[in-house]
Amino acid sequence: MSVQTMDAPESFQFTAENLEKARAIIGKYPKGCEASAVLPVLDLAQRQNGGWLPQAALEYTAELLDMPSIRVYEVATFYTMFNLKPIGKHHIQVCTNLPCWLRGSDVVVAACRKTLGIGLGETTEDGLFTLSEAECLGACVNAPMMQIDDDYYEDLDEASTESILLTLKAGQRPAPGPQNGRKGCEPLGGLTTLLTDGADDNRERDHGTGSDAE
Amino acid sequence: MPKLTIDGQQVEVEPGLTVLQACQQLGIEIPHFCFHERLSIAGNCRMCLVEMERSPKPIASCAMPVAEGMVIRTNTPAVQKMRHGVMEFLLINHPLDCPICDQGGECDLQDQAMAYGFDRSRFQENKRAVAEKDFGPLIKTFMTRCIHCTRCIRFATEVAGVPELGATGRGENMEVGTYVEKALSSELSGNMIDLCPVGALTSAPYAFTARSWELGHTESVDVLDAVGSSIRVDSRGPEVMRVLPRLNEEVNEEWISDKTRFAYDGLKRRRLDRPYLRREGRLQPVSWAEAFTAIAERIKGTSGDRIAAIAGDLVDCEAMLALKELMTTLGSPHLDCRQDGARLDGARRAAYLFNTTIAGIEETDACLIIGSNPRVEAAVLNARILKRSRAGRFPVGVVGPECDLTYPHRNLGDDTSVLLDLASGTHEFSKVLDKAERPMLILGMAALVRPDGDILLGLARDIAEKYGMLDEAAGWNGFNVLHTAAARVGGMDLGFLPGDRGRDLHGILDGASGGDIEVVYLLGADEIDMSRLGSAFVIYQGHHGDAGARRADVVLPGAAYTEKNATYVNTEGRVQRGRLSVYPPGEAREDWKIPRALSEVLGMALPFNTLEELRARMLEVNPVFSEIDVVQPVPWGPFGRAGKPDGMPLTLPDTNFYMTDPICRASNTMARCSETFLNQDLKKTGTDA
Repeated sequence: MSVQTMDAPESFQFTAENLEKARAIIGKYPKGCEASAVLPVLDLAQRQNGGWLPQAALEYTAELLDMPSIRVYEVATFYTMFNLKPIGKHHIQVCTNLPCWLRGSDVVVAACRKTLGIGLGETTEDGLFTLSEAECLGACVNAPMMQIDDDYYEDLDEASTESILLTLKAGQRPAPGPQNGRKGCEPLGGLTTLLTDGADDNRERDHGTGSDAE
Repeated sequence: MPKLTIDGQQVEVEPGLTVLQACQQLGIEIPHFCFHERLSIAGNCRMCLVEMERSPKPIASCAMPVAEGMVIRTNTPAVQKMRHGVMEFLLINHPLDCPICDQGGECDLQDQAMAYGFDRSRFQENKRAVAEKDFGPLIKTFMTRCIHCTRCIRFATEVAGVPELGATGRGENMEVGTYVEKALSSELSGNMIDLCPVGALTSAPYAFTARSWELGHTESVDVLDAVGSSIRVDSRGPEVMRVLPRLNEEVNEEWISDKTRFAYDGLKRRRLDRPYLRREGRLQPVSWAEAFTAIAERIKGTSGDRIAAIAGDLVDCEAMLALKELMTTLGSPHLDCRQDGARLDGARRAAYLFNTTIAGIEETDACLIIGSNPRVEAAVLNARILKRSRAGRFPVGVVGPECDLTYPHRNLGDDTSVLLDLASGTHEFSKVLDKAERPMLILGMAALVRPDGDILLGLARDIAEKYGMLDEAAGWNGFNVLHTAAARVGGMDLGFLPGDRGRDLHGILDGASGGDIEVVYLLGADEIDMSRLGSAFVIYQGHHGDAGARRADVVLPGAAYTEKNATYVNTEGRVQRGRLSVYPPGEAREDWKIPRALSEVLGMALPFNTLEELRARMLEVNPVFSEIDVVQPVPWGPFGRAGKPDGMPLTLPDTNFYMTDPICRASNTMARCSETFLNQDLKKTGTDA
């Protein structure tokens, strides 16, 4: 499964600054265990190369960490966070797993398609966006959600998805997090518990668990 | 030693074994795919699940070490059900193409599906299909059949020492391959075919030529290098269909090199199947009688002092002895079995053996390699060194050019003065050897073929003695000569060497070009410089039309190693017997019979008529031939010549691993290999430059 593309660069090298960063990462591991640094170093390489890893970068990483190239290929192809093909400036990953789907991820995907004019797995012509479908990103309390580059955008609906994408298109960075006014994953209508004194609380709970135990 | 109960039977096993191995010791078969006792444990096929008391879930017996008081059950309905389930999963994506699969009939998956599987599938969806990979000219891939046991990946990394295979992708998209398409650059890659429990990796040259149940099996030994790997020759009718390894812990474990495995097609091509005689400058087919008469006419009246014999690399001991006896009868002392001109010392057996033994490599704790590339010269032996290296704390020093040996090593340079420094203890590697308790050294042919080879041999002996490589009390001898030819040690043992005032190889060649030697008998010797034979009358006895036959005046067709019952001695000094698997082609004969028949025509019949009588004579010549398959301890003593090396750098011959002898040179498969692997190398240097 070779995934080289036509416009793949022939060589790859860390910038001086990134090389220093990479050395710092490698330094965290004992001597002889340089291979442990493969994930963060690949991530660094991906960031330097505009969001994707050409084969040259994989080989460079292997050489840097003194490990066989195939071991780096294995890691890079296993993790979906590594892109082995060129990608748009912004990578939009919409979660379509069960909780998000129940909460309307189909609408979010449709809004993306409509706003960007591309389907899943495609990149816009201006090279600004790549849209892809992601497996659970671990933010089910704020479903539906999507990840754009390093940020989570949560509690989406059609309008908020559109506005996020348009803001990005305009070259600005929309505020990440819940888009419906929630703070973190607090309830939307404000707090509902711990509002009364302790005695009331206990009584409420007794009701809830039933009185058989008494 | 932990005691455990398996299916109600108490068993005490060595600590560190796995539950699966404990079961095997009791004779309880646990189905498995990914587990292989010579590879690291993966635990990913899940076929070996068993029940363990107090464990809420079944355990993978291949990955669970034995512990005191374990209670294991392998025959409960739950275990049966688990095996059904695992097998059903494994077969989900496995094509049901057994009838057209080369593995059919000797397939672990097929056998275990019959024994532990389920007779139907509930899977209605499409099976996945995986693109074939190009692993080079030796391995044919059907990756759709792969069940991801990862044995090949582990073998490449751990035994072959070329970490080029891996599993890319994840989940259903996982694929075993090299990622960037390329042929596997290992001399041991063919073993993956044996390891593969399904038909994903099969032998490309053998593809669709035979079914496993049609083949006759003959247990034999390999002669294409000096390791003497145990092999099984599979034949059908008059044809060798394939060569497989045979388990031999002492020599090759269960691996053989690609040359051993794939050169067999050379046995069917360029064969000498009848005698030839040079008339009017051209070799013309004749009968045995005519060929012998021609020889008799030429030899009659020629004094024994003007006749010489050279034995080649693939020759068996019986043939060498028969020819030696004939030469003695003719009164010729000019014999040499060292067609490479190596300055081996025939007077002392320890001086030309791999004394440590191949299995002994695992006990050493430091190694010095002098003028050898074991990866090319003895790939299976190199795998043993890699095995030792992977066990840790194993410094290896190499004197000679830098080469990729698959394990970490320190190159001490190619200057022979390094040996002087080591012998005097002033080299920095001396400390390493000093510290080691059981150090060893390997002296290669590249060091011995030099004009100062006997001095290097002496230096190597000095080094061995200085660093305590000889400990008779502990039964340790760390002095090793690594041969490249299967015939060499046998020839040395039989004394196929210059006799009293006899000429060695160089003397014979000089004599032939100068006219002092008039008749040269080449017994399978193809790797000498034929141009130096001058106008001598050359008798070539051998099985392939190679350099020797091209130069010869008379060609006597012999048998290849698969076509005779014969004795060989490997580099360790292990006497081994090869067996006849198919008959020699045409009028070719077993080699020992040819000098015997010739002696009759010459009117000086040799005193043996059967193989048994010849072997009895062999015992008289050297008692080491009394014991088969064992290495006898050899006394130590002085050998080699004192002196200073000539100062030339130690170089390695540019050996093409796939083209070392007449059989390989006749093999299409080997030709394709050298094309693929050599061209690949050329390309690499092209882009690198």
